[in-house]
Amino acid sequence: MDKPTIDQVAEAINEKFGDAILSKEQQYDFTVITIDKSILVSLFRFLYDDERFQFRYLTTACGVHTPDQPKPFTMMYQLHSLVFNLRIRFKASTTLNDLQFDSLIPIFSSANWMEREAFDFYGIRFKGHPKMTRILNVEDMDYHPMRKEYPVEDLTRYDKDDTMFGRDKANFKKLN
Amino acid sequence: MGIVFRKEEMKDIQSASNVNIVQAPAGFEGPGFFATKLDHVVGLARKNSIWPLPFATSCCGIEFMATMASTYDLARFGSERLSFSPRQADLLMVMGTIAKKMGPVLRQVYEQMAEPRWVLSVGACASSGGIFDSYSVLQGIDHIIPVDVYVPGCPPRPEQILEGVMSIQTLIQNESLRRRNSPEYKQLLASYGIE
Amino acid sequence: MESKPAIQEDNKQYTTLNLGPTHPATHGIFQNVLTMDGEIIVDSEPTIGYIHRAFEKLAEHKPFYQVTPLTDRLNYCSSPINNMGWHMTVEKLIGAELPKRVEYMRVIIMELARIADHLVCNSVIGVDTGAMTGFLYVFQWREDIYEIYEEICGARLTTNIGRIGGFERDFNETAWRKIKKLVTDLPAGLKEFEKLLVRNRIFMDRTIGCGPISAERALNYSFSGPNLRAAGVDYDVRVMNPYSSYQDFEFEIPIGKNGDTYDRFMVREEEMYQSMSIIRQAMEKIEKLQDKTSFHADIPSFYLPPKEDVYNNMEALIYHFKIVMGETDVLKGEVYHCVEGGNGELGFYLISDGGRQPFRLHFRRPCYIYYQAYREMIKGAFLSDAILTMSSMNVIAGELDA
Repeated sequence: MDKPTIDQVAEAINEKFGDAILSKEQQYDFTVITIDKSILVSLFRFLYDDERFQFRYLTTACGVHTPDQPKPFTMMYQLHSLVFNLRIRFKASTTLNDLQFDSLIPIFSSANWMEREAFDFYGIRFKGHPKMTRILNVEDMDYHPMRKEYPVEDLTRYDKDDTMFGRDKANFKKLN
Repeated sequence: MGIVFRKEEMKDIQSASNVNIVQAPAGFEGPGFFATKLDHVVGLARKNSIWPLPFATSCCGIEFMATMASTYDLARFGSERLSFSPRQADLLMVMGTIAKKMGPVLRQVYEQMAEPRWVLSVGACASSGGIFDSYSVLQGIDHIIPVDVYVPGCPPRPEQILEGVMSIQTLIQNESLRRRNSPEYKQLLASYGIE
Repeated sequence: MESKPAIQEDNKQYTTLNLGPTHPATHGIFQNVLTMDGEIIVDSEPTIGYIHRAFEKLAEHKPFYQVTPLTDRLNYCSSPINNMGWHMTVEKLIGAELPKRVEYMRVIIMELARIADHLVCNSVIGVDTGAMTGFLYVFQWREDIYEIYEEICGARLTTNIGRIGGFERDFNETAWRKIKKLVTDLPAGLKEFEKLLVRNRIFMDRTIGCGPISAERALNYSFSGPNLRAAGVDYDVRVMNPYSSYQDFEFEIPIGKNGDTYDRFMVREEEMYQSMSIIRQAMEKIEKLQDKTSFHADIPSFYLPPKEDVYNNMEALIYHFKIVMGETDVLKGEVYHCVEGGNGELGFYLISDGGRQPFRLHFRRPCYIYYQAYREMIKGAFLSDAILTMSSMNVIAGELDA
């Protein structure tokens, strides 16, 4: 079978899910397709099953928080077709009020912990996930630390002089 | 009939048995007796038979493996017998980052150790949090357990870890037998909330 | 191999066993709450995050060149690969072109790191089967590799080797001599190590058929690196998406068949020989190059000038100031770059908003992704096999917990 070009992949997606494709751009060696989050599972299932492409390897998935966007929370998925050595990136965004995506576990077992990590870091929930709990942080943590509004530092430190170390007082006050 | 060695073989055997033996503590000696302080004898024995519990969590643990391996050989200090059970360990070697999630576990391990117990904090992370000044990392294990010796470095070289062990040895040798019963020591533990 | 006793679905009383997080056999801190039927594992519940250090959050608050020390501590058995993976990511973002000599030098260091990584993993598999001797043997070779790192960057384990754009200094004579000596002597050392284990009846009985995974399941779990290759899939980033001039080298990708502990051990063994061959080729290629001196790319706005120039040369001082104070303009955009790390595809997904720090940096950590399969792999196995499976997967706590 001939190796498809990435444009052919984009075309096929466009053909099948035309109205759900929000944008397509080239970022260095990757084609990035922004989609509506409602088609996530059906799109990935299509790319997995289609013999022309065989995107059967989920390279990675992660959350991104861009506070100044209208839809601040984004999930990034990267697929790899090992047969044709094609890589593609998908993005889907949502708002704080609708912080839920469909889980990819039925297609890729590896999505399990990637989604739990996104929940832990950003509070993004995944519908159909068997265990939507924190994975890296302690269970009783009460915020999602990777969101931009939270500081990197430990909030309980008392040994740092704020005037010397430039600690972000605004954030510190907000949380306490 | 005994085994007969040739002369050159004898030389090998003699050099192979060139083992350092620790100096006896100061005391009174005479024909058939030797008198010294109990503290000194106990200190000497404890010093040279430390059973460490390696609490290796990350990078420093790999350097500890190098310390244990043939090139640096921790066995030279009488510490090759690692005690993975805290109940039998004398020295808790904390090597690597202790995250907040790990903190209670470390404390429990310390509490399970029998007195006398010593703690060696190896590496910047265990001593102060190191470069990980972040929401999930405990900023130094001395927030939860008392520490005897800190070894700097990220990670420290095996030589530094050895020096840390030797500093612990010095502490052990010179420790008074009654120290663990003293009010100061009890106060120290109480300040950490340890019974 | 005899088949394992089947798990019976009756009203048996199962034992719950807490393995970890400080259990010595887990090599780091992982917790598995096992449900046991006698010696057989019925189910397990892994808990991770015991050394979560917030790499991704910290990286958002550090300038690009200060992220390198963070990457050291991901898979600390092979830090240089992580360092260079990160440098290449930034170079991709800013579009830097590197001289061939630098790329070959990087290849040498990365392959040394791969050998160091596999030495630890394989010797530890030996320790877990009860063979301590191999561990003591191969750690001498690891010390030799540490000495080479020390010659080049001054550090042993967390190397922080290289800079964005190349190396901070050229390799000196001693370093070249030590590399040459290592690739000459190591094959014999490895053979000695293999003699202890490879055809050892006890070792084979313990490892063959222990913790197997099929190629389909491995791919579904997004395995990569030696663990995937042991299952029979020849996916290697060095070949699929060559970086740092790997396309110039001739080497083979060893693959296994059953995806069990023995195959993983053998794949790693063979990879070390291939790495040595790559190092030899790289040294030959560097000999043949016209360029004998360059050790970094010509990107003054990212590569710190030498200190003498900073004091004596206006232009160098300006660049120094701009880099240190974060005045350099970085392109906006998002870039993904992956390298073949010790454990597989180590990826860096970087979003830059034009600032001096990454806006978002996500590490694709191979351990984190394939350790998910552990639960499935040890189901129905003996407890002692579960330990072996974990050590042969080379799960590194730093990389797992980020």
